Amino acid sequence: MTTHTFKPDMPPPNKVFGPMAWMRANLFSSWLNTLLTLFAFYLIYLVVPPILHWAILDANWVGTTRADCTKEGACWVFIQQRFGQFMYGYYPGDLRWRVDLTVWLAIVGVAPLFISRFQRKAIYGLSFLVLYPIIAYFLLHGGIFGLTNVPTNRWGGLMLTLVIATVGIAGALPLGIVLALGRRSNMPAIRVICVTFIEFWRGVPLITVLFMSSVMLPLFLPEGMGIDKLLRALIGVILFQSAYVAEVVRGGLQAIPKGQYEAAAAMGLGYWRSTGLVILPQALKLVIPGLVNTVIALFKDTSLVIIIGLFDLLNSVKQAAADPKWLGMATEGYVFAALVFWIFCFGMSRYSVHLERKLDTGHKR
Amino acid sequence: MSEAIKQPVSPEGIIQMQGVNKWYGQFHVLKDINLNVKQGERIVLCGPSGSGKSTTIRCLNRLEEHQQGRIVVDGVELTNDLKQIEAIRREVGMVFQHFNLFPHLTILQNCTLAPMWVRKMPKRKAEEIAMHYLERVRIPEQAHKFPGQLSGGQQQRVAIARALCMKPKIMLFDEPTSALDPEMVKEVLDTMIGLAEDGMTMLCVTHEMGFARTVANRVIFMDKGEIVEQAAPNDFFDNPQNERTQLFLSQILH
Repeated sequence: MTTHTFKPDMPPPNKVFGPMAWMRANLFSSWLNTLLTLFAFYLIYLVVPPILHWAILDANWVGTTRADCTKEGACWVFIQQRFGQFMYGYYPGDLRWRVDLTVWLAIVGVAPLFISRFQRKAIYGLSFLVLYPIIAYFLLHGGIFGLTNVPTNRWGGLMLTLVIATVGIAGALPLGIVLALGRRSNMPAIRVICVTFIEFWRGVPLITVLFMSSVMLPLFLPEGMGIDKLLRALIGVILFQSAYVAEVVRGGLQAIPKGQYEAAAAMGLGYWRSTGLVILPQALKLVIPGLVNTVIALFKDTSLVIIIGLFDLLNSVKQAAADPKWLGMATEGYVFAALVFWIFCFGMSRYSVHLERKLDTGHKR
Repeated sequence: MSEAIKQPVSPEGIIQMQGVNKWYGQFHVLKDINLNVKQGERIVLCGPSGSGKSTTIRCLNRLEEHQQGRIVVDGVELTNDLKQIEAIRREVGMVFQHFNLFPHLTILQNCTLAPMWVRKMPKRKAEEIAMHYLERVRIPEQAHKFPGQLSGGQQQRVAIARALCMKPKIMLFDEPTSALDPEMVKEVLDTMIGLAEDGMTMLCVTHEMGFARTVANRVIFMDKGEIVEQAAPNDFFDNPQNERTQLFLSQILH
């Protein structure tokens, strides 16, 4: 009997690695590519230095009024002076600590959920989800325990943006999941209700929903009965976004093979248990990119609340730039607003990537 | 919450199918199936594809609904009542062609899920039982891996252990080796043979005729939704009566 000897594994050839090889392969692989590369460098040369000069090198960093902005570049003094308004809107200055405390509570409260050794995450998470909104409401709104009442029409800036975005998501996510399940229900009545709801809310623009909630709704309500403007906007946003969440989640549900449903059923798990323990965990994991997409879109859409006279971050900037004392500062303001929006959205996007990796048990089923 | 209506298990058998008919739309898939299975009996169903053998065993735990006839499993009649269906599913384990393990749970969690949520077993007890059965299928060291990290043969053995964790009275196998690479078929069949030796009531749809010959008490041949022939394995393979059976056997036993 002969024994077959396998050839040993050899290292790959050297010239396919290293920065030189990379540049040759990606930037200068042919005459045409070399030309395009040089052209791209030229474009970068045209665009980047002026931006650097405007934003950093020639920018004005210190001062208190518009007159202090003597250099050619951006006048960041404007942002410094109006920072409070951008963050809190017209929330009274001496009470702004309450907003800060609300944010800190959220950060401290959520932190244990990221400690992997922490047991009982589910119970802690649930009680946090129930308690935090109540505490946050009383802290921000006041009117109890001797806290001065701050009506919602004084809320604004980034704080308002965050309130609308988080409440919107916290409400839309569970409602959307229920709608997605309902749309796939065997019971025709439930299916019809869910389909109608989803198609109605997806069919109208958010701006219309907000407009209706502030202009049309009071016409139907009895005289003198007012619902808070922010509350109306929140309800509108939740109903609107839940329709989108529902469709995203439904996509995930459809991707779960029939075998998973059958295996769960064959073990004696009923509808709710097999949905909650087997189907949803997999479906939601699959649609993380889609859900984050929806969340980011909602975060940016909050600016539409200008239509009902609420001033979120972007609209606070717009308002401040219209101040005669700071005329001509709109560019700085918008760049600042864009930067803040970008930081939040990019953060969410990175977190979703991290979450996908963490939940990935690899491997197809 | 009312309990499922249960009658004493009839001497006829732990499974009784009487005049069962089923249609997919116009298509008549099961035609007047009569089948009694005694406790501890091991039955192999075979036949060409589309003959209704998978549908037959899937009717036993209501993964498929039958439209006519009567099915009684372990003294519980299968009706539209969810209580009855769930009572049966608690006592009937099933192993699928494509394993259908839950990819988001570890092997151990796959095995403890149903005992904890259906039988309301405390976690520690469920894990004890799960480890016992994982040892039986000889993969306790994989307990904390995810299904995607296991080979097909290992996954199917986990699926068997997962079904056993519910301590079922009956095990249904729906082509358990058909999706496996050839060198993994034996490890799964060995596990099933071990189960048979312990006296488990088994119904198995398979094309593994060697397995049928050594393990089965009875081999049932189905074609076009009907039970064409049933006999003890030796009679069935050596002396098939029906010409359809003869043709089928000549095609698979080259």
